[in-house]
Amino acid sequence: MLVSIVFIPIGVVSLFASRDVVEIIDQYETECVPQNFRNDKVSFIQSNANKTCTRRLTVTKLMKKPIYVYYQLDNFYQNHRRYVKSRSDSQLKDNSGWDEVSSCKPEDMSNGQPIVPCGLIAWSLFNDTYNFSLNNQQLAVNKKGISWKSDRDRKFGRNVFPRNFQNGTLIGGKSLDPTVPLSKQEDLIVWMRTAALPTFRKLYGKIEWDLQPNEVIHVTLENNYNTYSFSGKKKLVLSTTSWLGGKNDFLGIAYLTVGGLCFFLALSFTVVYLVKPRRLGDPSYLSWNRNPGGH
Amino acid sequence: MTRGGIRARLRPSNLYTFTCLRPRSTEEGAHSFEGPGYTRLVHCNQPLLHKKKPFKYRSNYVSTTKYNVLTFLPKALYEQFHRVANLYFLGAAIVSLSPLSPFSAVSMIAPLVFVVGLSMAKEALEDWRRFMQDIKVNNRKVKFHKGEGVFGNKSWKKLRVGDVVKVKKDQFFPADLLLLSSSYEDGICYVETMNLDGETNLKVKRALEVTLPLNEDVAFKNFTGTVKCEDPNPSLYTFIGNFEYDDEVYALDPSQILLRDSKLRNTAFVYGIVIFTGHDSKVMQNATKTPSKRSKIERKMDYIIYVLFSILLVISFISSIGFAVKTKFQMPRWWYLQPKKTDDYYNPSKPVLPGIAHLITALMLYGYLIPISLYVSIEVVKVLQATFINKDRQMYDEETGNPAQARTSNLNEELGQVDTILSDKTGTLTCNQMDFLKCSIAGTAYGVRPSEVELAAAQQMATDLEDQEVERSTGFREISKQQEIELESVVISNDEMALKPPIKGFSFEDSRLMDGNWLNEPNADVIMLFFRILAICHTAIPELNEETGSYTYESESPDEGAFLVAAREFGFEFFKRTQSSVFVRERYSASGQAIDREFKLLNMLEFTSKRKRMTVIVRDEEGQILLLCKGADSIIFDRLSKNGRLYEEDTTRHLNEYGEGGLRTLALAYKRLGESEYSAWNDEFQKARTSIGADRDAMLENVAEMMERDLILVGATAVEDKLQKGVPHCIDRLAQAGLKIWVLTGDKVETAINIGYACSLLRQGMKQICITANSSDDREVVKENILLQITNASQMIKHEKDPHAAFALIIDGKTLAYALEDDMKQHFLVLAVQCASVVCCRVSPKQKALVTRLVKEGTGKTTLAIGDGANDVGMIKEADIGVGISGVEGMQAVMASDFSIAQFRFLERLLVVHGHWCYKRIAQMVCYFFYKNIAFGLTLFYFEAFAGFSGQSVYDDWYMLLFNVVLTSLPVISLGVFEQDVSSEVCLQFPALYQQGPKNLFFNWYKILGWMGNGLYSSLIIFFLNIIIFYDQAFRAGGQTADMAALGTTMFTCIIWALNCQIAFSMSHFTWIQHLFIWGSIAMWYLFLFVYGMLSPTISGNAYQLLVEALAPAPIYWTATLLVTVACNLPYLAHISYQRCFHPLDHHIIQEIKYYKKDVEDQRMWTRERSKARQKTMIGFTARVDAKIRQLKVKLQRKQPSSELQSPAR
Repeated sequence: MLVSIVFIPIGVVSLFASRDVVEIIDQYETECVPQNFRNDKVSFIQSNANKTCTRRLTVTKLMKKPIYVYYQLDNFYQNHRRYVKSRSDSQLKDNSGWDEVSSCKPEDMSNGQPIVPCGLIAWSLFNDTYNFSLNNQQLAVNKKGISWKSDRDRKFGRNVFPRNFQNGTLIGGKSLDPTVPLSKQEDLIVWMRTAALPTFRKLYGKIEWDLQPNEVIHVTLENNYNTYSFSGKKKLVLSTTSWLGGKNDFLGIAYLTVGGLCFFLALSFTVVYLVKPRRLGDPSYLSWNRNPGGH
Repeated sequence: MTRGGIRARLRPSNLYTFTCLRPRSTEEGAHSFEGPGYTRLVHCNQPLLHKKKPFKYRSNYVSTTKYNVLTFLPKALYEQFHRVANLYFLGAAIVSLSPLSPFSAVSMIAPLVFVVGLSMAKEALEDWRRFMQDIKVNNRKVKFHKGEGVFGNKSWKKLRVGDVVKVKKDQFFPADLLLLSSSYEDGICYVETMNLDGETNLKVKRALEVTLPLNEDVAFKNFTGTVKCEDPNPSLYTFIGNFEYDDEVYALDPSQILLRDSKLRNTAFVYGIVIFTGHDSKVMQNATKTPSKRSKIERKMDYIIYVLFSILLVISFISSIGFAVKTKFQMPRWWYLQPKKTDDYYNPSKPVLPGIAHLITALMLYGYLIPISLYVSIEVVKVLQATFINKDRQMYDEETGNPAQARTSNLNEELGQVDTILSDKTGTLTCNQMDFLKCSIAGTAYGVRPSEVELAAAQQMATDLEDQEVERSTGFREISKQQEIELESVVISNDEMALKPPIKGFSFEDSRLMDGNWLNEPNADVIMLFFRILAICHTAIPELNEETGSYTYESESPDEGAFLVAAREFGFEFFKRTQSSVFVRERYSASGQAIDREFKLLNMLEFTSKRKRMTVIVRDEEGQILLLCKGADSIIFDRLSKNGRLYEEDTTRHLNEYGEGGLRTLALAYKRLGESEYSAWNDEFQKARTSIGADRDAMLENVAEMMERDLILVGATAVEDKLQKGVPHCIDRLAQAGLKIWVLTGDKVETAINIGYACSLLRQGMKQICITANSSDDREVVKENILLQITNASQMIKHEKDPHAAFALIIDGKTLAYALEDDMKQHFLVLAVQCASVVCCRVSPKQKALVTRLVKEGTGKTTLAIGDGANDVGMIKEADIGVGISGVEGMQAVMASDFSIAQFRFLERLLVVHGHWCYKRIAQMVCYFFYKNIAFGLTLFYFEAFAGFSGQSVYDDWYMLLFNVVLTSLPVISLGVFEQDVSSEVCLQFPALYQQGPKNLFFNWYKILGWMGNGLYSSLIIFFLNIIIFYDQAFRAGGQTADMAALGTTMFTCIIWALNCQIAFSMSHFTWIQHLFIWGSIAMWYLFLFVYGMLSPTISGNAYQLLVEALAPAPIYWTATLLVTVACNLPYLAHISYQRCFHPLDHHIIQEIKYYKKDVEDQRMWTRERSKARQKTMIGFTARVDAKIRQLKVKLQRKQPSSELQSPAR
C-alpha cells in the first residue's frame, strides 16, 4: 500500500517529464543513397561518389534550447567482446604510454608504428556529419561538452595527439586532426564510451537555439559511415531533455504498473482480511489444532 | 599394602561355581600351530631383543590422526577437489589463464584459493585436536621392569614388546598384556571392559599357574620366557598362543590376556608382559576409520548443483551455438571488427573452433550460477553455529565442567531433521548407580520416598488436572484432590530430602525401619531375616574406608552394592569376608548391643543371566543351616513352598507398583535346611562340581535346581537404577517432538525393561511384543519361528482398534542376529517402525551398528545415535549423527562422535533448539544462495543475447569479483548464524515445531524451485527493466546516453538492492548485526563504486568517476533502482502475505502470538496450546499420565452412571 502511494505519483511525474520532451527522429540511411545505387548500397558507400544529402525536418512542438543532436545506429555490436577489449586506456591517458598497444589487436600497429589512438573502437569512429540551417541561416552545432567531463579531463590526455591514425590499408571511420589533442576530440571521446546494446544513440552536438513549432530545418549531411554492410539503420535525432533525461515513457508506465499492482494486492489482502478475517496469532491455526483426530 | 591384607589371603576363585572354573589348560598341553598367521614371537622380559628385526614390532605409539605433516597437503587437497564444484572451479581457474577467459585470472583464482584454503584450515584444526588427544594418551605413565628387579616409570609410547609392566588398580592397560600374576595369590584379577564392549560388570582373568610366584618386583630379576602367538587381529574374544617357560610349553587362551583400554578393578596390581603394542593391539585393530558424514541438505545441495550445472551447460551451449552462428553468418559483414584479420577465436570461416572455444568462455562466464562462495559461506556459518553450540550455557554441565561440543561442524542442520534416536542405556540414560529405594517385607510396603518417575508424574498430573478443572466446572474434583494430596506428600518428602546428606546407593526413607525401629514392627523376625539375606547373599568384598571408619563394598553389580549399603544402614553391616565365612555386625539386636556374627559359607550358587537368581547356603552361629536366595520375582515365585506363599499376594501387588514406578525389583526368600538334607545334597553337588566333561554345567544346574525349591518368601526389594538428571523429562520432550526412541543396550532383558519403565519408554498397559529365539539348534526352525512371531505381531497391530493402544517391541541380541539377516530385516523393520518404543537387549557393539544401519537405510530417515562407551562407537559412526556423552567413561565415544554433550538431557536443547534453528538457517541460506546466483548469473546470459554471444560481460570484472565475496555474502552469513524463527524458550515449549525439520518443510523441491523461480523472475525484471529504461535515451541532464559501464553499474546497483532487500524480508529475527550487514553491504557497494571511480582511469576504465559524475546526479538512476527493487520483491511479498493469510505455518502463529504479547495476556491459552502442541505420543511421561487419566475417567464414569453426557470426549 505504502509502495503504491509512493509509486503512483512518481510514475505520474516521470510520465509528465517524459511528455515534455520533444523528439524528432529522421531515418536517412536509405534516402541518402542515390536511386541508382539503391541495390548495392555497400559499393556506393565504399566509392568516392559525393555523399552529401539534404533532409528536411519539421518541428512539431516548441523545442527549448538546448536541443541535443544524436545519431542512432542499429545492429552495430559495439558490445562485442572483440570490439570492447580493443582499446588502450593507458595510451589514451598519457603521452608516455603511446606504445602500449598490446590490447588493441588487430588495430595496434600500422606500418610498423603504434597507432594512437589504437584499437577497433577508435578506428571505426563514426564519420557522418550534420549541418543544420533554419530559414537559410546556419544553426550552429556546439560540439563542446558533449562528452563526460571526467573523460575530457582525466581519461583522454591533453598531451596525446593522434599519430599514424587511419594510415593503414583499411580505412575504418573518421580521421582525426593530428594537431588536436585527444582531450579535445569529443566525438572520439563519446564514441569510445561503448554502448551496451546493438541499438544505441550517441550525442553529436547541441543546438543552442529555441525552435518554434512548424519551423523547418534543413540538414545537410555527409553520409560517410558504412552501416550498409551489416544492414544497420542510421537515424538523426533531435531531442530536448527533461530533468529525468530523454523521452522515457516506459519508466512512468512501469512505475504506474508496479504501483497499481501493489495497490491491487494491498486492496485484495484487505478485502480478504475484512471478509474472512484471521485473527492474528489465532492459535486455532496451529498445525496440531488443524489436524483432525489430534486428541 | 594394608588394604590388600584381606585380599591377599583370599582366593576368589573358590567363590565361583559357574564362571570361574579351576584352570585346566595346563593339563591339556600346548596348542600346536604353525605357518602364517601365527608368527609372532615375544621374548619376555627381554625388550632389547625386540629392538631390531626380525623381532622389531610396531611401537606403542598410537596415532588416530587423518594426516601427518607430509601427507596433509596432497591428502587434504584430494579431499577438497573431491567436491564437484571445486573441481569445476579449478578447471575454470586454469582456463582463466588463457585468453579465452571473459574475466581476469585473479578474479577466478582468488575465490578458489580462499575457499579451499579455509576448508583445509578447518581440516587441519580438527586433526590437530586429534593429535593433541593422541599425545595425551601416548604420554601416560606406566611402571615397567628396568632390570635387576627394579621398576621404573615409562610413558606408554615408549613401551616395547616384551616389557614386563606392573599395572595398578584403576589404571588402564597400556597395551595387550599377558597376565603373569596379580595381588591375589591365585592370580586372579578383575577387569572392566567398558571401553571394549560397554559391559560394566567385572570380568575375571586369571594367570597361568606357573607364573603365580612372579608376584613381587624382585621376582623378575631373572625371569625369561617366550610367547609364540597369533599375529595381530581385531577379534576381541579369541587368542591363541603358547608360553614357553622353564623348558615347558603352556597353552594360552583369552583369559590370560589383558586388553589395552580395559581397566584393572578390585585388584591392587598385576604383572604382565607386553605382547601387542600400539596399532597391533586388539582394540586399535578394531578401530574403524571415521566415515566422513554429510548432511542431507548438503547431499541435496549436490543435486541442486547438478541441476544448475545442467542449466549452465544448456545456456552455454545456446550461447556458443549462437556465437558460432553469428560468427559464421554475420561477422563477415561486421567490418568494424576487421573479420579478416582475426585469430582462431573469431575466425568466421571456421565457426566450429570459435564455437568450442566460446563454450569454455561461456562456462566460465555463467559460472556465477554455481555459487562458489556457497561452500565457503556454509563452512563459515557452520563453524559459527558450532561455536554457538559450544558456548551454550544451558548445555554446560557444571559438575564435570564439560560444555557441549560440536566436534564436526558439518552436521549442524542434520540435528534438526532427526527422526529416530538410538540410545545406549548405561551411562547414557542411567548413571549406572543403584539406589535402594523401597522394600516390601512380610507383605508390608516400606519406603515412602517416591521414585523419580512417580515424582514427575505426580507433578505433571497435578498441573494437567488444574487445567482441566478450570475448563470444566464439574467432574474430576476427586481426582484432583487425590492428586493434591499426592503432590503434597511429594513436596514434603522433598523437604525432608534436603535435610539429610545423601548416602550413595541409598535413598530409602521410612522411619519404621530406620534406626532400629524395625524391632517394634509386627514381623520383626521376618524383617531381620530380610536384612540378613541382604547382608549375606552376595559376592562382594568389603573395604574399610580409613577416613570415616565405615565400609564400602566392591561388588560385581551395582545392585549388590546398593543392597549392602542398605543393609549397613539398617544395622546389618557386612564387614569381613574370609574363605569360608561372612561376618556381619548387627547393631540393633534384641539385646540392644552390636554383635558380630559369623555365618559359615557352605555353598554359593551365583547369579547368571540364565538362572536369574543367586543362592547361598550358610550355617549361622547356632548351627542352623539356612538357604538364602534372591532373584527375579517370577523365578522365586515358581519355587515357593506351599506354606511360603503367605505374603505372595501383597508382595506381588507391591512388585507391580514398583515396576510401574520404574524400579528394579528382586524377590528374597529363604528356607531352613536339616543337617541330613543338606549333607545329602552337598555330596551330590560336590560330585557334580568335580566332574569333568561337557555336561558338567548342566549337572551343576540340575543339582542347584534341586536345592532351590520350597522356599519361603520374605519380601522384595526395589532399587532405582538412577537415571541421569532430567532423562525422563528429556525423553518426554523428545517424544513430543515426534522423535522415535530406540534403546539398544548390552544389558539383560529385565534390566532393559526396567529402564524402559523408568524413563517412560514403556508403561503398564502398553502391549509388549517380546520376540525371542527358541533354543532349537536348527537355524531354519529358529528363523521360521521368529518370522512367525514378527508377522503375528504385525497382524495384531493392524487389527488393533483402540487408538490409544501402544506397542513396545522387545528383542534380544540372539534373536536380533536372526532378525537382521537379509531376508528378515524388512519384516523386522516394518514391525519396529509401528511400535511406539523399541528396546533391544544384549546387543553387541556390532549389532548396535547393524540396527542403526537398518534404520538408516530401511526408513531413509535421519538417525541419531547417542552413547558414552567404546561399545557405542560403531553405532555412533554408523548413524547419520553420532552423539557422545562426555561423562565419566573413556573418551572413545566422544572421539568418534560428531557432537558431544555432558549429559543426556542436553540432547533436548541440542535437537529442539539448535537443531531446529540450524536446519532452518541452512535451508534458508542455501535457498537464498541459489536465488541470488540465479538472479545474478542469468542477467549475464540475457546480455549475451544482445552482445552477439561474444562473451562480453556487462559488468566490470571487479563487480563480479566482489559480488560473491563482499557485497552479498555477509548478510547471508548473518542469516545463517543468527536467524531464529522463534526464541529458544518457545522451541522448548512447543517441541512440535521440531517436526518441521524431519518433514523437511523448508528444503523440499517445491521450496527450492520456488526460490529458483524467484531468481529467474528477478533476473528478468532486473535486466529488462533496465534495458528498456536505458537503451537509447539520454539519462543525464547533459544529454549523454548511457554506455555499457553506466548501464552495467545501474543494473548491478539494482541487483544489490533487490537481493539485500530480499534477504531482509526473509529474516524474522533482527539484531544490529543483521542490520549492519544488510545495509552495510549496500553502503559498501556505493563506497566501492566511489573509491573505484577515484582510482586512475587506467585501472577503473570506463567506471572512472562513474558514480560521482554520471550516476549520482541522474535522477533516473535512483528511480530505476527503486522501481526494480520493489518489482523484484513484489512476488515474494505477495507470496508470504498469502501464506500467512491462508496457510500460516506454526512458527508464524507463534511469532504473532509473541508479537502481540498474547502469551502474557492470555496465560491459559498459552499453556493450553503448549499442552496441545505435544504430539500424540505413546511414550514418555505425558503419555503415561494421559493413560492414567484415561483410566481414572473410565472409573469415574462407571461410578456415575447417571447419563451425564458432559464427560469429556477427549
